[in-house]
Amino acid sequence: MKKPSGHHFDQIFFYFLRLSGWSLVIVLLFMMGSIFWMSLPTFKNSGLGFFVSQNWDVFKEDFGAWPFIYGTVVSSFVSLLLAVPVSIGVALFINELAPRWIAKPIGFFVEMLAAIPSIVFGLWGLYVLVPFLRDYVQPGLSLVFGWLPFFSGPPIGVGMMAASVVLAIMITPTISSICREVFASIPHSTREAALGLGATRWECLKLAVLKSSFPGILGATLLGLGRALGETMAVTMVIGNVAQVKASLFAPAQTMASLLANEYAEANSDAHLSALTAIGLCLFIIAIIMSLLAQLVVDRFHKKVHGR
Amino acid sequence: MKLDLSFYDKKRSLKNSFALGLVGFLAILGSFPFLAVTFYVLMKGFSALDWAFITQLPKPPGEDGGGVGHAILGSFLIVSVASLIGIPWGLSIGIFMSEVKKKTPLFRILRFVLDVLVSVPSIVVGICVYVSVVVYMKAFSGFAGSLALSILMIPIIARSSEEIFKLIPDHIREAGLALGIPRWKVILKILLPGCKGALITGLMLAVARAAGETAPLLFTALSNQYWSADLTKPMASLPVQIYNFAISGFENHQRQAWAGSFVLVMFVMVLNLVTRFILRDKNHGSRN
Amino acid sequence: MKQVVEVKGVSAWFGSLHVLKEVSFSVHENEVVALIGPSGCGKSTLIRCLNRLHEEVQDAKISGQVFLEGQNIYGPNVDAVTIRRRVGMVFQKPNPFPGLSIFDNVAIGLKLAGVHNKAILQERVEECLMKAALWGEVKDKLKNPGLSLSGGQQQRLCIARALAVSPPVLLMDEPTSALDPLSTASIEELIAQLKKTVTIIIVTHNMQQAARISDKTAFMLNGELVEYGRTTEIFTQPRMEQTERYITGRFG
Repeated sequence: MKKPSGHHFDQIFFYFLRLSGWSLVIVLLFMMGSIFWMSLPTFKNSGLGFFVSQNWDVFKEDFGAWPFIYGTVVSSFVSLLLAVPVSIGVALFINELAPRWIAKPIGFFVEMLAAIPSIVFGLWGLYVLVPFLRDYVQPGLSLVFGWLPFFSGPPIGVGMMAASVVLAIMITPTISSICREVFASIPHSTREAALGLGATRWECLKLAVLKSSFPGILGATLLGLGRALGETMAVTMVIGNVAQVKASLFAPAQTMASLLANEYAEANSDAHLSALTAIGLCLFIIAIIMSLLAQLVVDRFHKKVHGR
Repeated sequence: MKLDLSFYDKKRSLKNSFALGLVGFLAILGSFPFLAVTFYVLMKGFSALDWAFITQLPKPPGEDGGGVGHAILGSFLIVSVASLIGIPWGLSIGIFMSEVKKKTPLFRILRFVLDVLVSVPSIVVGICVYVSVVVYMKAFSGFAGSLALSILMIPIIARSSEEIFKLIPDHIREAGLALGIPRWKVILKILLPGCKGALITGLMLAVARAAGETAPLLFTALSNQYWSADLTKPMASLPVQIYNFAISGFENHQRQAWAGSFVLVMFVMVLNLVTRFILRDKNHGSRN
Repeated sequence: MKQVVEVKGVSAWFGSLHVLKEVSFSVHENEVVALIGPSGCGKSTLIRCLNRLHEEVQDAKISGQVFLEGQNIYGPNVDAVTIRRRVGMVFQKPNPFPGLSIFDNVAIGLKLAGVHNKAILQERVEECLMKAALWGEVKDKLKNPGLSLSGGQQQRLCIARALAVSPPVLLMDEPTSALDPLSTASIEELIAQLKKTVTIIIVTHNMQQAARISDKTAFMLNGELVEYGRTTEIFTQPRMEQTERYITGRFG
């Protein structure tokens, strides 16, 4: 015997759930639609030249995105160079090598890094990291590697290098936690097989752990990259915010996100607002592509390891 | 045929020690920033913290004293309203994702939408709310800030609640249905109370995340310098206030930026640690 | 006959759990020794003490001596790595290295030991795959990933992998428990072939299998070695009552 009232409420309940789902879809579409609408004039005016032009002149209303694309790509890339080895080291150490009494605190420290708000990293970066880089790291680097274009110019602290280091710190917990999941999904007996063959500890890690989790590490790196590309506050506070393209990592620069944080609230002209929104749209699309790519790579890894 | 395989042993063992040492060094390097950041926040923040800091308004540049009481109130209001919007919305989407078994088009679309929303940089959410709310209302407002934060919270809450509901074994649902209880009652009266603890931890993490966000508030809620509880007007918030203080260049403001960071870090850390304890208790319970 | 493995008073622990109690026995050249006993009796732990894999588990401890061709593997200044190269091991579930081809899975032991001469590797891989009765099935697809093979083939690949560094002893930890009856039969046939060149110590929970393939059998219970002797004797006229009750299925 079915209670008709219960069945009735079931329908209402699931109708409500579907409604909440559709409304989120509509919100996202509306957001994308209005951001696209707002940036349309810029693309109409400059076309694809918008992406390659180096000028950013608010008064002449001449807008080009290249310095910000460059700043975003380079700061993210350098941060990956720093964060990926450290993250893999953290994950290997915690999962495979360290005794529990030391693995636990290190795991805790790295995980909690993810909980600290971006603005706090910015404050710390501006008043602790920047002076440290300016007084110790950058003079040292230019002394030894000064002949390389990356380490030329005066050590001023704020700039591409400070942004990259802060970003690296902020994406390390993301990358290392995914690496840890990936390593943990490799069966224990694969490691024992390597040890049983007479592999040293390191050879075992290389053979049984690192080699087979390469796609997973790649996925983790892409997710970290996605986070680094869109990170705003901490970068804004340490990168110096100068729209220029310089090879030196000591020079100030600007990223797409830090440009938005700096200028959006004060943009008065429609053309300026439209150009800024267009940059936001680019950031949006890049973030979507990064996350889908990462998802794809990680999913394929899981299929490869778990389903034969 | 016998091969002598002990030829490279010494070299291999050296390489092994070197590589393992490097891994250990990287791990220590990775855990160092947390210590450095919390050390400075505790040291510089705690000394600048006093009663006036959480009860008074900021003093003009150059004057000593003052506080960020209005920003704490603003953060509280903005995050509360964001939670009022985001929690029920995210939760019902999470329930939809786990309890509606058929792979309907909506299910697939939502999977994609959640993936997109979770990875969108928070500043982009701020822009979206600016162009779709602030522009139409012709004013910055605390409410627009709440909306931006709630959009950041929804995918986090939806994902965590979906995972939690999926952990409940199917036979519990079937046991409820077999008793003649309608599905909506099984979900709300049997499943929901059963995973309340885990759900709350997910909600707390989402709230902690939202409370620390700065970028989406910069051009939605903007900021102001006075006490205000009017959500239709620009509203101060702690993260934005820290940002304004940090880049102001006055020593008193910088001190207060550290104090504000101290409050923010404490809030976020306490929420995170509490959720850890709740989850750990739960794990211990289910193992026995 | 030469003694290959001699175990003298070996005890092992996981934390405070005492899983092996003063076990002693010896194995001679070209014998197949089966370790039987109920699950949790310590038989897997025992063979993992013979190639020093036991110590890789956290909180694991061991005492006693194990002699491999006369050398105490737990002696001072003995490197676990060099010991493991002289003791091959095959595991419960086939575990070829993911990401390595069939060829590389067999060659990896040699490569690790510093052998990079293509001709030697080629020759040795072919020889070991033949010994493992897999050559005919895979000779045209050596470049394919090891994981692309069937379960039984994967296990024989793992045997070839273990043989490649020509160890005098091969340890097998329930090598057929994850396989179907046909693959099991082919592995058992293989063991009969292999014992001409290598000493085999095999853990099995299948008493028929122990009776079919082994020369000697050791029966273990609660971490103790209850009885050790010729397989024919153990299965027809066991000396201990516990052994008799176990092999006749009246245990517990």
